[in-house]
Amino acid sequence: MTDQNSQFVPIPDRPAPATTVGPVAWIRDNLFGSVSSSLTTLLFLYLFFTYVPLFIDWAILSANWTGSDRSVCDANREGACWTFIGVRLEQILFGLYFGSNPDQVWRPVTVFIVFFALLIPLMMERTPYKKWLALTLLIPFPVLFYVLIHGGSFGIPVADTTQWGGFLLTFALAFVGILFALPLGILLALGRRSDMPVIRAICVTYIEFWRGTPLITILFMASVMLPLFFPAGVEFDKVVRAMIGITLFQSAYTAEAVRGGLSAIPKGQYEAAMALGLGYWRRTAFIILPQALKISIPSIVNTFIALFKDTSLVSIIGLLDLLNMAQTASRSLEWNGYDMEGYLFAGFIFWMFCYGMSRYSQNLERKLDTDRRH
Amino acid sequence: MTTDAPTASAELGETVINIDRLNKWYGQFHVLKDIDLNVKRGERIVICGPSGSGKSTLIRCINRLESHQEGTITVDGIELTEDTKHINDIRREVGMVFQHFNLFPHLTVLENCTLAPIWVRKTAKKEAEEIAMRYLERVKIPEQANKYPGQLSGGQQQRVAIARSLCMNPRVMLFDEPTSALDPEMIAEVLDVMVGLAEDGMTMLCVTHEMGFARKVANRVIFMDGGQIVEQNEPEAFFNNPQNERTQLFLSQILQH
Ligand SMILES: Nc1ncnc2c1ncn2[C@@H]1O[C@H](COP(=O)(O)OP(=O)(O)OP(=O)(O)O)[C@@H](O)[C@H]1O
Ligand SMILES: [Mg+2]
Repeated sequence: MTDQNSQFVPIPDRPAPATTVGPVAWIRDNLFGSVSSSLTTLLFLYLFFTYVPLFIDWAILSANWTGSDRSVCDANREGACWTFIGVRLEQILFGLYFGSNPDQVWRPVTVFIVFFALLIPLMMERTPYKKWLALTLLIPFPVLFYVLIHGGSFGIPVADTTQWGGFLLTFALAFVGILFALPLGILLALGRRSDMPVIRAICVTYIEFWRGTPLITILFMASVMLPLFFPAGVEFDKVVRAMIGITLFQSAYTAEAVRGGLSAIPKGQYEAAMALGLGYWRRTAFIILPQALKISIPSIVNTFIALFKDTSLVSIIGLLDLLNMAQTASRSLEWNGYDMEGYLFAGFIFWMFCYGMSRYSQNLERKLDTDRRH
Repeated sequence: MTTDAPTASAELGETVINIDRLNKWYGQFHVLKDIDLNVKRGERIVICGPSGSGKSTLIRCINRLESHQEGTITVDGIELTEDTKHINDIRREVGMVFQHFNLFPHLTVLENCTLAPIWVRKTAKKEAEEIAMRYLERVKIPEQANKYPGQLSGGQQQRVAIARSLCMNPRVMLFDEPTSALDPEMIAEVLDVMVGLAEDGMTMLCVTHEMGFARKVANRVIFMDGGQIVEQNEPEAFFNNPQNERTQLFLSQILQH
């Protein structure tokens, strides 16, 4: 080290050469980097510009949006018939009962407004009192759902479960599945790591049994076999049967997601809690689960997404969920022939919810990653 | 402070921990062999020995983080058995500080300190917080009370861990290499806290290779090797005139640095 170096003079930053940064460089490097990459890009562009404009024209530009029967659509077959969705919206979203009793539609509408008013703040980062919001969603909300949708009290006309359908039914099945599968799954995950071999064996068997069985089989069993175990004449609600099947199925997946979180908790956390004299349940409730659940939220949400989509399998036991209700509506005499619109609409609603959940879980994952780094 | 051991032991009270012919195996591996150890109230014991000699295992047996197969361990008159109630009774009275702090990362410093007093000792929340603040002052970080452990340095975290144990008002404190995960400049601040505890008469069992600390505060230094207590003595005699050749070899190795 000579005297010249005794004083540190930083060299000022210079911008990178223009050929290596900016959009032009990005396009050249990523889309036309090699012959095969250029060909793929061109092929993709060709397909994109051939079909997307056709679809946009059909779905939006030439589409029919107005009217109250099929005459408008029949006159213009170049475009989609959203008139059908508009006219049958209540039926597709809330099922046959609310579809044919417009004066009762306020019931599901209220339920969903309350639901989103609770859910959206819960998903935002800086909301205060999140615990209370979550608790409201878990206990009073289902009660409200039952009181308003099922009716029968406070002078609200009864719409029993046989009349539930459309998105309302999809929602009810998924919500109940998630609500009950979560605690059951947590217990199963804890049991799977228990010191007691018998408990461990029971939990492993349970989890592996449900994970190895397709939901469709479970729904069949719930609808065909469950009644065999009950005395003849005992009518067992079809929706409740589906809910039980879905919950048992889903709890196995939730358990595996929670197990991932549990195994990420270092041994030192258990030891510190034990050394302070905290017993098993306090240790679990205050130290282990809060950390484990936080880690497993993204995977739990992923199992929710799968469940949400799987609920449409209830069609095989004759329930009309969102997808089947859209199909039914498009096969009615008045709207026969417009199935495409029905499917697209149902698919769009499924996509919206699943995409929302998936983005949420990705955000959480990123946040957890940065949290753990410091 | 007391290097004059005979006068120090004159102040010592009744037996707090009694270990009698303790044997422990990990599978076929005999990790603790015929350990006899009696700890009196107010006694400060430093345990040293080569890696793998069973030091951690020994002190972890005292609060049943590890179970033993033969012999008896009695803490505060209660014998450690399978009985979960006895185990929790003992853990309540025995504080432990770990090499890697093991603070609860999802709780603030204050919550780390009040959780066990509130749920195990059933102390009222407000009182628990007052006690916690008192101990945080004692380890010289009251201003960090509302931070999360991840926001503190290693030395600060270890001091919080000590405060967390003290909040349970334990009769004995166990330390398992409390400074060996720390950067050199943070070791002193943790040792200072431990010296302060010793001066206040806390009964301490401390696994450490900080020989300066041992000379300063210990009444007795125990050397372990191969799962046995090879030699034990007052610090002066232990360091200046080790009897066993294993001890001599070990001391020559660690004092070289
Ligand atoms: N859970 C376990 N299963 C099997 N063997 C173990 C287990 N824990 C520790 N051992 C072994 O027991 C021996 C004593 O371990 P212990 O941790 O008590 O040593 P130590 O004296 O604390 O060493 P160090 O200074 O490295 O911390 C070691 O040989 C170790 O490999
Ligand atoms: Mg050790």
